[in-house]
Amino acid sequence: MATNQRSLSTLLTRRGVPLWRDVKVLQGVAQVVSAAIVIGFLIFFVGNVLRAAEVRGLSLGYDFVSQSAGFNLPEMMIDYTPADSFGRAFLVGLLNTIKVAIVGVFLATILGTITALARLSSNWLVNRIASVYIEIIRNIPLLVQLFFWYFAVFNQLPPVTESIRWPGPIYLSQRGLYTVAPTATGSFGVWMAFVAAGIVAALVLRSVLLRRQMRKGQDTHYGLVAAIALIALPLAGWFLVGDAPLTTDYPVMGKFNFTGGLRLTPEFAALLCGLVIYTGTFIAEVVRAGIQAVSVGQFDAARALGLSGGQVLRLVVMPQALRIIIPPLISQYLNLTKNSSLAIAIGFADVFFVGRTIINQAGRAVPVFTMVMAVYLSASLLTSVLMNIYNKRIQLVER
Amino acid sequence: MEATTETVVKPPTFFGPVDWLRKSLFSTWFNTLLTFLSLWLLYVVLRGALTWAFTTADWAPVTNSLKLFAVGQYPLDQMWRLGVIISMICFLMGVSWRLWGGTVRTFALAMAVALGVMALMPVRMDLTLRLWFLVNPALMALGYLTGRSPAVKSQWVMLGWLLSFVATIVLLSGFKGSALLPRVATNLWGGLTLTFLLALVGIVASFPIGVLLALGRRSSLPVVKAMCVLFIELVRGVPLVTILFMASIILPLFLPDNLRIDRVLRAMTGMTLFAAAYMAENIRGGLQAIPRGQEEAAKAVGLNGFQTMALIVMPQALRAVIPAIVGQFIALFMDTTLAVIVGLVELLAIGKTVLQSRPEWLLLDTEVYLFIAAVFWVFTYSMSYASRQLEVALGVGER
Repeated sequence: MATNQRSLSTLLTRRGVPLWRDVKVLQGVAQVVSAAIVIGFLIFFVGNVLRAAEVRGLSLGYDFVSQSAGFNLPEMMIDYTPADSFGRAFLVGLLNTIKVAIVGVFLATILGTITALARLSSNWLVNRIASVYIEIIRNIPLLVQLFFWYFAVFNQLPPVTESIRWPGPIYLSQRGLYTVAPTATGSFGVWMAFVAAGIVAALVLRSVLLRRQMRKGQDTHYGLVAAIALIALPLAGWFLVGDAPLTTDYPVMGKFNFTGGLRLTPEFAALLCGLVIYTGTFIAEVVRAGIQAVSVGQFDAARALGLSGGQVLRLVVMPQALRIIIPPLISQYLNLTKNSSLAIAIGFADVFFVGRTIINQAGRAVPVFTMVMAVYLSASLLTSVLMNIYNKRIQLVER
Repeated sequence: MEATTETVVKPPTFFGPVDWLRKSLFSTWFNTLLTFLSLWLLYVVLRGALTWAFTTADWAPVTNSLKLFAVGQYPLDQMWRLGVIISMICFLMGVSWRLWGGTVRTFALAMAVALGVMALMPVRMDLTLRLWFLVNPALMALGYLTGRSPAVKSQWVMLGWLLSFVATIVLLSGFKGSALLPRVATNLWGGLTLTFLLALVGIVASFPIGVLLALGRRSSLPVVKAMCVLFIELVRGVPLVTILFMASIILPLFLPDNLRIDRVLRAMTGMTLFAAAYMAENIRGGLQAIPRGQEEAAKAVGLNGFQTMALIVMPQALRAVIPAIVGQFIALFMDTTLAVIVGLVELLAIGKTVLQSRPEWLLLDTEVYLFIAAVFWVFTYSMSYASRQLEVALGVGER
């Protein structure tokens, strides 16, 4: 009897430690158990989805992508008709999301930087106005702001025949915002070659002159020379290619509507206004924090060395501030892109809106959702990759 | 020649208003220009806004639907339940004020003042409702007096808050077939009440999940860690709208047919999962801030792994992340507006309903959305103000 017990307990030990007190064994068991729980849940969920799919005749495949969509979309950058496929409709939505993200990021950066500079201004009034703007806009939900812009502003503009004309060729009406569109002519391609040459020349000149300045210690005005090259070559090209490569296409009031020109739909304009004004406050705080993080001693030391005000900012403050600004700035860009999914509330045809319409039309909730989520996840992934590359680079510069 | 008496002129310690003006508004020609530009801008904007608000604007949809904005379609004869909930919170607020002071005091005072203002509001209101508004500050005072008793301990008050949360939900929903507390279906919940409820449930329910995820992400077990990282990054990578949609459209597919959960609960599930991922990252930040020595010392004293975490590391980590959690609550409070997209009638959706309730109100979007924005702003701004105070009181930023 006694020998039996001993053999059992020796069986349950490893290197003299009972199994139930062995950390390695316990950790292994914990992992297996937690994995089993998660997998169990997954099997439960997937089983339910499959059962529901069978009972309700839902299909989980992606074959619908090539089927004819059959619905109209209010806004598109590539040709699309209801006869086109669901896949093409999704692409239209994706391009619209990218469009609003790029334009939004561009405008929000400008607005945010201006606001940050206003917040740092020694002028009390300017400073106050900027901080009131930030405190008001940050504390109101973005969706409320979007509703305001769309339903209270752009939807209540006068009909198109009584358009409000802003200074310059900008017309606001219920049909959106009409303005001048630059249009490429036949010589545009040749002119683009001049523009590219200008950029290359500017880069080469800058680096050559900068190196000479480093070597000889004389001011070579590298920035000025590069800027001249950047402007002069495209300018020369403009006259050399014959007829102007770009013409302006003015919106012309017809009988019932404008023809020509660039049109922003009310949905796009409202979404853009909301996103830019909201994200601008966050960018302003990021930029302000970055500039303030550069210690006052750096300004003083740079001035003591004899650098001018512009040089202090360009050569000493900005390189240090940018290092702090860029990572949170990129995540604000990502936030703007993710927030553009709120477009569904005001009917802008972004990727999420189109996905929702496809679900209604084709009834493929699971596959469509996977596609929509994949779009946003790849945006996040791209952002974190960029951020890692940037962080690596500034670390190399640092040491 | 007598010794020169060196007079040391003290720099003036007081600047007159003229000095202040010159220094902060007119220091350079550029600043002067900016000042005049801002003054002109302020004048145009304020004059336009004020004339509109007091002459053109028609606030009838707001003043006639205050009940809708506050509680939605909640049955009138059951409104006393909401009254009880608010009175309960006022009492607990009073006790906490006595016990903890500081930020709680600011909050309690603000609440008492707000209730007093509401009692005196010049809109149509029952006398009982006005009286009830006035009773609440008295209840708060009673709570304060109760808090002076040495028998009242901090732990009990915390437990009281937790119980009041449970009581709130029980009171709001009631029981099926009960005479005193008949069931109020969740589709009747609405307005600001639902907004608060969604945010509160989201933050409270996400807390334990967030703690587990944070611990899992720091775990040395690769399987557990991988699953937690996957969940957190997946959820953080997509916008909240997609998660809410997923919860309202796909979640029913994931569950067996006999398990039907209603719309509000589905939205709450989505919000909770979303909040949990962000909560996990906040808590992980707190855990990382705790020096390793704490853990080693706890081990040396003979505490086991669980005790070390629960008694030594976690309490310190949580204390460090309280401001971050408050910040997250504010963000979630604003994010509840997205529930309108999946068909809940929270504050923003009530705005839509009110606008469509009478034909003559159809175009009064500006008034209604401005009112909603103002309501959100008052709450979020006061909460973020309190959270900044809390941060100072806890001294979190100073370590």
